[in-house]
Amino acid sequence: MNIYDWIQILFYLTVLFALVKPLGGYMARVYQNERVILDPILGPVERFVYRASGIDSKAEMNWKTYAVAMLLFNAIGLLAVYFLQRMQVFLPLNPQGFGAVTPDSSWNTATSFVTNTNWQGYGGETTMSYLTQMLAMTVQNFVSAATGMAVLVALIRGIIRHNTKEVGNFWVDLTRSTLYILVPLSLIFALVLVSQGVVQTFNESQTASALQSGGQTIAVGPAASQIAIKQLGTNGGGFFNTNSAHPLENATPFSNFLEMLALLLIPAALCYTYGKMIGDTRQGWSLLIAMTIVFVSLLGVTVWSEKTANPAIEALGVVGGNMEGKEVRFGIVNSALWTTATTSVSNGAVNSMLDSYMPLGGLVPMWLMQLGEIIFGGVGSGLYGMLTFVIIAVFVAGLMVGRTPEYLGKKIEAYEMKMASIIILTPIIVTLVGTSIALMSEAGRATIFNPSAHGYSEVLYAFSSTAANNGSAFAGLGANNPFYNTALGLAMLIVRFWLAVPVLAIAGALANKKKTPVSGGTLPTHTPLFIGWLIGVIVIVGALSYLPALALGPIVEHLMIFK
Amino acid sequence: MKTQLRPALIIFALLTIVTGVVYPLAVTGIAQLVFPHQANGSLVTINGKTYGSELIGQQFDDPKYFWGRLSAVNYDSSTSSGSNYGPMNPALIEAVQARIDALKAADPDNTLPIPVDLVTASGSGLDPHISVAAALYQVSRVASSRGLSEADVIALVNQYTDGRQFGFLGEPRVNVLLLNLALDRIE
Repeated sequence: MNIYDWIQILFYLTVLFALVKPLGGYMARVYQNERVILDPILGPVERFVYRASGIDSKAEMNWKTYAVAMLLFNAIGLLAVYFLQRMQVFLPLNPQGFGAVTPDSSWNTATSFVTNTNWQGYGGETTMSYLTQMLAMTVQNFVSAATGMAVLVALIRGIIRHNTKEVGNFWVDLTRSTLYILVPLSLIFALVLVSQGVVQTFNESQTASALQSGGQTIAVGPAASQIAIKQLGTNGGGFFNTNSAHPLENATPFSNFLEMLALLLIPAALCYTYGKMIGDTRQGWSLLIAMTIVFVSLLGVTVWSEKTANPAIEALGVVGGNMEGKEVRFGIVNSALWTTATTSVSNGAVNSMLDSYMPLGGLVPMWLMQLGEIIFGGVGSGLYGMLTFVIIAVFVAGLMVGRTPEYLGKKIEAYEMKMASIIILTPIIVTLVGTSIALMSEAGRATIFNPSAHGYSEVLYAFSSTAANNGSAFAGLGANNPFYNTALGLAMLIVRFWLAVPVLAIAGALANKKKTPVSGGTLPTHTPLFIGWLIGVIVIVGALSYLPALALGPIVEHLMIFK
Repeated sequence: MKTQLRPALIIFALLTIVTGVVYPLAVTGIAQLVFPHQANGSLVTINGKTYGSELIGQQFDDPKYFWGRLSAVNYDSSTSSGSNYGPMNPALIEAVQARIDALKAADPDNTLPIPVDLVTASGSGLDPHISVAAALYQVSRVASSRGLSEADVIALVNQYTDGRQFGFLGEPRVNVLLLNLALDRIE
């Protein structure tokens, strides 16, 4: 690594951490209904939304009503995205005249965008009309992110409150997340992206008389507005097929830096929001530190792996690391940094092609997703996943020393542990069972692209990604067919809601408990000891669950290349 | 459940209008006003003729032009794709070997080490850049096929080299289309 590699990584982490407190503090004010700077502009809009929909913003819900509202809203979103794709041929803003999307692809894309996954079986610039990109994709980019944030806030309220059944009002949390946090950030961010060369137009594709080859058609469109929220909302669904590797989606090193920053920004800042809301910011910082330690360690592996030359290419007299599938303007370090960031959060946007990574460079993103998207994780969903691991860590520690486990004054009992187990086990089961079914079926094997162990990795990656609501891919796998569209769609749907609903159940159970005063027997959860313990629990669960599966793919491939 | 259905439908409709209509239109309006060149694809137009986009690479295999990255879509930018070859895929090694053979055939006396970006496919298939080393590797071929001195060509390469943005972000790189346009102009 040269000095610029170090500077860029350090600069990235520094700017990220500098923004955690201001943005996190702002979000805490938004969720506690305190005055914020945007009130004069957005207050009237917000009140209009409540009036028009006939809800009382002061009335709160118990966890079951909150869950029903959340599920209902997402079901409507699912239908809307499905039918917009099916009917785009009859609708306006379709200058390229794209036909209706197939039923299985529409289903897959609908589940994908509603669940904040943004797995893409289709290629944007060759499939979706501008109207579909705006009304289906962009809208879900916002509201699926806001859904995750709302569920997190309900869980935080469950931790703070005692002897009550109420965990908040879903409609208020959803609306305020969207209006006060996601829209303003996206608006500014989108315009900066355009200044760097990211397109934002309703014109049809441009034609040029290329210098040597005679002609070139250049796909354009309203991309920047979607890319901004795709990065900020841990969505990841690109406007163009190659996502943020595409020069019109990610034009310069600076646009790349900002898009990478946006990957981790809200998930990192939410840790501070959490600390602020529970009245003990040390708790939030310690979670953020735990996440950062895992992130930086795995980043090191990816950078090292990609800086290593592919021996088969080196043997031909070529010098340099692994540039297959990477863009020159970003180089190896910014590609590896992006890849580690996009899979530690459940974003899944890519600026390089992961299928062409060296084996261990591909293992890191796969394992980060398999850890359950809790190292920063999705907006909202990452922190509620991490808090689930905290509950497990507290419980295991309690068992070891023979004390009743408690977290922030709430006793952790059988019910919470059952829910936490569902949250931890569901993605693991979906990933491993899904991969097995695909590999045992003719349809699942038929569209594998790369030979040998790498082909197996493509399938494992696909299920790891969808069962973590991430959305990145080893894109060689031909996934736009009825088998994968259906199977991966199911995986995304199951994992999103079989996690969100048990989280709300925990929120309800915690809110209903009485507060136990801190005593000498309380395990402090902000100390370096606890941070280390938490990381240990996460890594052990992740390693035990996936090591055999990983051994068959990237690990064996690594051993074959570097004999 | 029924009591939640009305807010679900209305809030979905209203948030769709805010995030799916007002927001993209606002971004488009401001972008077209303030950054019209970038918002429409950063097109390169010389004397009324549009040659392409400065952000999108083009196919070059004529010895008198600098060549760009390999492209899985042959620089057809109505679409985009990487090769998706895994590191052990024999097709990857074949593609690298084919590019090396082409480079050697066009410039047999060149003994410089070959920079990796010149023999590998980009992520988008549309990468407009090559590394400085990849440009310098091609100087002798371009100079001899155009009857120019190598010093003149190197000067042009330097002129079309972008440094790291703000001095530290990204990698130094050469824009292949702009460089080739400049080459055609000086003749």
